[in-house]
Amino acid sequence: MKVMSGRRRLWRKSVNAMMLGLAGVFSILVVTPLLWILGFVVREGSPALSLTFFTELPTPVGVPGGGIANALVGSILTVGLGVLIAAPIGVLAGVYAAMHPDTPLGVALRFGTDVISGVPSIVMGIFAYTLIVLPQRHFSAVSGGIVLSFIMVPILIRTTEEMVRLVPNSLRDGALALGAAEWKTSFSVILPAALNGLVTGAMLAIARAAGEAAPMLFTAFGNPFMNLDLREPIATLPHMIFVYASSPYEDWHGKAWATALVLITLVLLLNVTARLLVWWRTRHLGNLG
Amino acid sequence: MDIPAPVDVRPRVAQIGDGTVPVKTEARDLSVFYRDFKAITQVNLPVYAQKITAIIGPSGCGKSTLLRAFNRMNDLVRGSRVEGQLYLDGQPLYDSQVDVVDVRRRIGMVFQRANPFPKSIYDNVAFGPRLYGVGGGSTLDALVEKSLRQAALWDEVKDKLHQSGLSLSGGQQQRLCIARAIAVEPEVILMDEPASALDPISTLRIEELMHDIAKDYTIIIVTHNMQQAARVSDFTGMMMIDDHRAGRLIEFDQTQVIFTNPKDKRTEDYVTGRFG
Repeated sequence: MKVMSGRRRLWRKSVNAMMLGLAGVFSILVVTPLLWILGFVVREGSPALSLTFFTELPTPVGVPGGGIANALVGSILTVGLGVLIAAPIGVLAGVYAAMHPDTPLGVALRFGTDVISGVPSIVMGIFAYTLIVLPQRHFSAVSGGIVLSFIMVPILIRTTEEMVRLVPNSLRDGALALGAAEWKTSFSVILPAALNGLVTGAMLAIARAAGEAAPMLFTAFGNPFMNLDLREPIATLPHMIFVYASSPYEDWHGKAWATALVLITLVLLLNVTARLLVWWRTRHLGNLG
Repeated sequence: MDIPAPVDVRPRVAQIGDGTVPVKTEARDLSVFYRDFKAITQVNLPVYAQKITAIIGPSGCGKSTLLRAFNRMNDLVRGSRVEGQLYLDGQPLYDSQVDVVDVRRRIGMVFQRANPFPKSIYDNVAFGPRLYGVGGGSTLDALVEKSLRQAALWDEVKDKLHQSGLSLSGGQQQRLCIARAIAVEPEVILMDEPASALDPISTLRIEELMHDIAKDYTIIIVTHNMQQAARVSDFTGMMMIDDHRAGRLIEFDQTQVIFTNPKDKRTEDYVTGRFG
């Protein structure tokens, strides 16, 4: 082997250091605004936070106290409803897209998913408004949940498809060789093996849906009172932020920040919980070989 | 190289020593296509009951394609198609009346790389029986234990049945896969280079295990390793590709004959290590 000359080695090392440095700088550039936003939300939001902020209903301008209990419940209901609708559709369609990518239906599914995920959420809102709200002549929590499921389905299909494809074919062959039918193989071997990815996909979808304000303007509409009836209009956190932040009142601006902080924390908590569950499960049953 | 004539091996029984052995499963004039490509052509291979039949030959000669035809795993490859026929106990396997699930239940398979499911050791073995409706409880427990014992794995795992199958070593994982295949009580077990990814000691254990289970099962093994074929098998089929790049069975006989007195010059060259 030829020994590298000193100058050449120096050159190689400095180029390496430079590239590494560049990559580092850009990574910092990405992380900084993220931390900055988080820090800003915490700083602006925490003064208005208190225990009663979670338990009380909104108060009119100028009346001290008041909280976001209605929006908290509303967000949980609409996002929950959205997940219930979207999860089976998204996961099953994702499995189909992964298993039969070349069939006409598979191609149409993948193309459709790409197109739908590019549709702005406000357009989804108007669509749901025309499709559900207008015929019923009534804003409702249900229509909010449905529009959120429109937003979640493409994300779920895409992540499920990608995660199912990552499962080694040998697992599929192993199950089929034992005489398992294709659906049985998908449900009892492939989906459990892809669970980590599926949970990540679900988290992405939930985080996205939980933060949607625009389609809520046309569907759930908002409601200053506590509502548990899915047929009635309901408040949601992002919509609350929109209302508070676009108001001219200093007091409501603080509440908008606090609501944003609650929303971010909720999504974060959900994420951490899901990851802990997955971690616990893989520790017991092992990750993919 | 001229195109070898198809080898016809049609006797329904084989004469070994004083006794005769019945044919368990058999390929007759079998050709497998992947779209326009003919992967194997005109294969006639008898597989005798409760014997180990080895398929040897150089890389890419269609050994695995032939093996996977026996439990119709090639069906999973889009564009694959079969001419000729495979028989199990005289019944055709490629027939519109035949349920492929039934074929795979009766003809199990062990793959080149151990592929335990990301489930517990117990659930891996119980996977097949559960498919066929063996409920939980003592019946299933007994079946799992029996299968693990037959696969010579029971003593190593009996205290950790509920740990992940992936926590085992490579050799243990492969024996787990054998236990998993045995658990559905198939009649034939196909093995696609089951020891090629294992160390010599694990390989030896697998070979001993094959010997033990051959009392109850008919085994077909594909192997690159000629010593392995010579050690474990009773019959050996030698495959090679012809001028059209299609695999052919060029010789089939008792293993002893193939390795000591082959009729075909190419088999002799191959088993003596002159090529391949």
